[in-house]
Amino acid sequence: MKKSVIFGALTVAGLAAGAAAAGTLDDVKARGTMNCGVTTGLAGFAAPDANGVWEGFDVSVCRAVAAAVLGDATAVEFVPTTGKTRFTALASGEIDMLARNTTWTFSRDVDLKFTFVGVNYYDGQGFMVPSELGVSSAKELDGATVCIQTGTTTELNLADFFRANNISYEPVPIETNAEAQQQYLAGACDVYTTDASGLAATRATFEDPTAHVLLPEIISKEPLGPLVRHGDNEWGDVVRWTLNALITAEELGVTSANLAEMSGGSANPEINRLLGTEGSLGEMLGLDAEWAKRAIAAGGNYGEVFEKNIGENTPIALSRGLNAQWTDGGLLYSPPFR
Amino acid sequence: MSDTHENSVAFVRTETIPEREPPFTASGPVKWMRENLFATPANSILTVLALLFIYLILAKTLPWMLNGIWSTDSLAACREILDGSTGACFSVLTERWNQLLFGFKYPAEFYWRPTLALVLLAVAGAPVLFFDLPRKLLAFTAVYPFLAFWLIWGGTILVPILAFVGVVAGAMVYKRLVTGSFAAGFFGGIGAAIVVWWVGGFLIPEGASDNAMLGAVPSRDLGGFMLNMMLGVTCVSLSVPIGIALALGRQSSMPLIKVICVVFIEFIRGVPLITLLFVASVMLSYFFPPESTVDLFLRVVIMITMFSAAYIAEVIRGGLAALPKGQFEGADSLGLDYAQATRLIILPQALKISIPGIVNVAVGLFKDTTLVSVISMFDLVGMIRGPILASTEWNGVYWELLGFAALLFFVVCYGISQYSQWLERRLATDHR
Repeated sequence: MKKSVIFGALTVAGLAAGAAAAGTLDDVKARGTMNCGVTTGLAGFAAPDANGVWEGFDVSVCRAVAAAVLGDATAVEFVPTTGKTRFTALASGEIDMLARNTTWTFSRDVDLKFTFVGVNYYDGQGFMVPSELGVSSAKELDGATVCIQTGTTTELNLADFFRANNISYEPVPIETNAEAQQQYLAGACDVYTTDASGLAATRATFEDPTAHVLLPEIISKEPLGPLVRHGDNEWGDVVRWTLNALITAEELGVTSANLAEMSGGSANPEINRLLGTEGSLGEMLGLDAEWAKRAIAAGGNYGEVFEKNIGENTPIALSRGLNAQWTDGGLLYSPPFR
Repeated sequence: MSDTHENSVAFVRTETIPEREPPFTASGPVKWMRENLFATPANSILTVLALLFIYLILAKTLPWMLNGIWSTDSLAACREILDGSTGACFSVLTERWNQLLFGFKYPAEFYWRPTLALVLLAVAGAPVLFFDLPRKLLAFTAVYPFLAFWLIWGGTILVPILAFVGVVAGAMVYKRLVTGSFAAGFFGGIGAAIVVWWVGGFLIPEGASDNAMLGAVPSRDLGGFMLNMMLGVTCVSLSVPIGIALALGRQSSMPLIKVICVVFIEFIRGVPLITLLFVASVMLSYFFPPESTVDLFLRVVIMITMFSAAYIAEVIRGGLAALPKGQFEGADSLGLDYAQATRLIILPQALKISIPGIVNVAVGLFKDTTLVSVISMFDLVGMIRGPILASTEWNGVYWELLGFAALLFFVVCYGISQYSQWLERRLATDHR
């Protein structure tokens, strides 16, 4: 601490000199670690385990990028951010990328000057009700009391939905997800509404999850994805194509199990280009030929990451739904590696 | 005359009646209860209601606590064992106690270091808090901040030594110059310290922390109740002297000093602490190049210290205002200059009056350290709200975790309040 006082005082003097920064990719390589912004804790998406090791769906994206760039999936400095601090942390350069279940919206992309590199989870706002209520559709919720987090887009979506369907509701404003859980279980509201993944994670922690059902209606689009600062396209490309590599790997059937075998060369030229045995894609990106191979080796392809962290065999138990490959009727569609 | 009353009364007792036990209803617990619990009808009703209330609380909480589970590794396993009966799941405390106390990234093999620092804090704090102890112990108190810094952050020992040398150099220059004028001593001392730090900064080799005796721990890895204690202790001990200086400055007859102090106090008091914390964590990073920002812990310490110093300054100003004017005039008439009068006559009395107020601010400040969880520092509350409740094993455990946090904070805050009451009794020199 005392040392940073000294250094801090020195750097104030050298502010002007420090302003001329190199590209983020070079910075990360020089530093040897990547700073990745994550949430302070969201079950399945990012949370440290009992040993303090971060794990989760968003965390896996960070690790894949670190593996691609630095060759080491553990060379990530995770910077926990709250909903309030996440954007300034990215804009000020404290973190190199943000993977914090952040919805891709027009104003965040254009006005806040960020670049969303893709979507790693297609979410949407849903409803949870106790099954004893006997409701099977959100349109039957006329006159219901609804627990809703204040100041979020979910609040506005809810008002739109009920108005569009010409039914009434009574909002019960709450502050956090934890509070919502308690209120809902205590019967303060008939319905709890938030992002569907959040509902599933919440339901998983109930004593009797089967006593609650998620209604089929999804009333908003919440594409969640990693983002970087505007204006550094080389770094944006690295993050974008690392994410695409994980998605493409699943589409092409490359898994962490058969990766070694596949990288020996295969009949499919796209697999060869992806894994660096053919072409020079890695070089164009400013990385070496095996970047994508390392990214896949870090936690497996997209499907493996999904299954391990939030899939149907985990307590969160999310089905692939919209997040299936386009060949399986989902929305995941990576541009080709060519 | 003497016979007039000889037979006018039938019986006159000539010896005293032997002492007897007071009646059953006028002694012992029954008397106490009649006087304290059932003195009037209204009193009786309140007593019965209070007993009913206590019974209702205990009837709910006691089975919950006594039936608690201490040895599972997830909430689901707890529920399986309880099988529908009420009972707490204290296993979260036994499994995650280290994260609650030290944060989730502090290396487990180094836990002894902050623990030792806490024990030494008691040793270092004792001569300050209990002034009957030998004054020589204060030497250890002077060394303690640097020792604690080295223990908690680790790294090369040269940094705390350099910081200590700088402070000693500053103190020596101050002693040499202060006889001439206070301002010369004050600024000369600060200048000397800065020169020592600046020159010493070049002497510490790059990467000296890598192979140090104690492994280095970056500030970001600190967390849990340790973080609350560190912030609380540092900020309180820094803000009391700064608050005294501000309070005296506000009463100064020199316009410049007075205006600076008034503006500082009024500005800081007019801004919520949480805003200052956001400035510390978010805004300041815009002003520094990305690679070389001032440590977040230090930024937060500065902000909380400024905040509480402004409040303590106003508390002490109240103490100064309560002193009769005769005390100031008496000091002047003895020929004492401003520094002597303040140190020997004014402050000892003003501070004694201010003790309850200062303790009030200190307790409030200690609890306010939990606000750092909103700027994603993992203090005790941040650990609970973030990583622990977000883990798949423990999502849904609220009462046990927050009750534990409440218990820790209560122990510390109650201790502070008991100390202040002892201090007030000890310093009671008036004869009220």
